[in-house]
Amino acid sequence: MNAVVPHSWLDRLGIPPWVWNPLSISLRAAFEATIVVAVAGVALGYVLAKGRFPGRDAIETVFSLPMALPPTVVGLYLLTRMGGPGPIRNAEIHLFGHPLTFTFTGIVIAQIVESFPYCMRFSRTAISVVDPRFEQAARAMGLSPWRIALLVTLPLARRGIVAGVAMAFGRALGDFGATMIVGGSVPLATTMPIALYNAVFYGSHGQAMVLALVQLVVAFAILLGVSRLGKLQPW
Amino acid sequence: MTPALEVAVARSIGEFELDVAFTVESGLSVLFGPSGAGKSLTLALIAGLIRPDTGTIAIHGDVVTDCSRRIHVSTQQRRIGMVFQDGLLLPHRSVLDNVALAVRQVRGRRERRAVAGEWLQRVGAEELADRQPGSLSGGQRQRVALARGLAGDPALVLLDEPLSALDAAVRRELRDVIRGVIISSGVPAVLVTHDAEEAEELGDVVIAYHDGRVTGTRSIERPVRPEPPPGTPGSGERT
Repeated sequence: MNAVVPHSWLDRLGIPPWVWNPLSISLRAAFEATIVVAVAGVALGYVLAKGRFPGRDAIETVFSLPMALPPTVVGLYLLTRMGGPGPIRNAEIHLFGHPLTFTFTGIVIAQIVESFPYCMRFSRTAISVVDPRFEQAARAMGLSPWRIALLVTLPLARRGIVAGVAMAFGRALGDFGATMIVGGSVPLATTMPIALYNAVFYGSHGQAMVLALVQLVVAFAILLGVSRLGKLQPW
Repeated sequence: MTPALEVAVARSIGEFELDVAFTVESGLSVLFGPSGAGKSLTLALIAGLIRPDTGTIAIHGDVVTDCSRRIHVSTQQRRIGMVFQDGLLLPHRSVLDNVALAVRQVRGRRERRAVAGEWLQRVGAEELADRQPGSLSGGQRQRVALARGLAGDPALVLLDEPLSALDAAVRRELRDVIRGVIISSGVPAVLVTHDAEEAEELGDVVIAYHDGRVTGTRSIERPVRPEPPPGTPGSGERT
C-alpha cells in the first residue's frame, strides 16, 4: 500500500506513517469505490429516470436504503453476509481465496454500498430533468439511443451527475460505521476515520487533531476540484 | 408519381381529437391554422415522436406508420430532418458539431464536419461554426437549426413554427433563407405556422387546419426556380 510513495520521501516531507498509512488507504479505497459507484450509479440512475417498468420504485427504494440506515447496521448486514456461512462467502473464497471481511477489498465494498445511493439518486434526478425535446431533436437527427444517452442526455445532466459522484466520494472517504465493522482496524483496512477513532480511544488527542485536520483539508481540496470539473465543458 | 408524404391519422389527447388526411408533393407545404389546431401534433406524428391511435403515414411511398398492421418505424429510421421553434441546438456542442451530428450520409468525423460546413455556408452561417449555441441570436440559431435539419440528407424536412420566436425584421429575412435553401435542396418540406402572411410567402401549398381537422388545401403559384447543380448537398445525389 505504501509502496506508492517511498518512506524516504515521506520522511523528507515530514509526513509521519501514522498519518500517511491511513490517508493512503482512505484515498485509495474511496477512489476505487467511487469508480464503481460512478459507473453503476449513473447507469441505474439513467434506467430509473428513463424506464417505465413495474418495480421501478421498489428498486430505487432498496438501493437507497443505506442512506436511511445507520452505517453500523449496513456494516453488520455486510459482515454477516460476507463473513458468515453462505453462498456469498463461498463466492468470495472461490474468487479471492479467502473471505473479504477484514481486508482492504472488504472496506471498498462497504464504501460502495454506503455511497451508491447518493450517486444513483443525484444522477436520476439530473437525468429526469433534462428537457426531453433535446432527446427528440437527437432522434430526428438519427442518433441511436446509445448515442443520445452518451452525447445528449448525460452531458446535459453532467452537473447533477458530478455532484452525485462528489457526494459519493465524500461519503466513502468519511465512512466510519460500515468500514469499521467490515474492516475492523487491521493495518491494511484502517482508514482515516478509524485511525482518528483509535487515536482518541488510546488518548492520543494531538494525533487525533492532526488526522482530523488532514481529513478536512483533503476532503475540501477534492470536493472543490470536482465541483470545478462540473462547470467545465464536457468535451 | 409517389407523393413525398401521405398522412391519414387520428389521435386523441384528452378532450382534443386530431383527425386529418392530406398528401404532400415536392416543394414546401405549409400547415396553417390557429394555435391548438393540431399542426405541431401532426408533425410529431409524422416524425414518429408520438404514435397515432389509428391511421397510416408514408414517406415517399414507404409506410412508416400503420396502426392496423402495427408498423411504427422509429424516428431515427424515417430519414427526416426537423427544425424546432427554438432551435433546440445542443448547448454543450459547438455550432459545427451540432450540424455534424446530424450528418448520416458519410462516416468519419472530418467528413461529417465538412458536410456540416457546407450546410452552414448555404444558410449563411459559416462564420458561426466555432461558436457555442448559447452565444447566438434567435435568427442565427434558426439558421443553424435549418442547416442541421437538412444536413442528414433527409427524405423530408419538418419545420415546427421555426420563425415564431423571432422579431418581425429577422422573420422576414429568414423567410427568404428558409424558402431559398429548401427549394434549392430539392428536399420536400412541411412547415407549421399560425401566421397567414408567412404561410402565403413560404408555401407552395397551404393546408388549412382548424380544431384538429383539415379545412382546405390551396396551391400557390410561384415562378419556377432553376434546379440546383448536381453534386451540391441536397441535389438528390447520394454522397
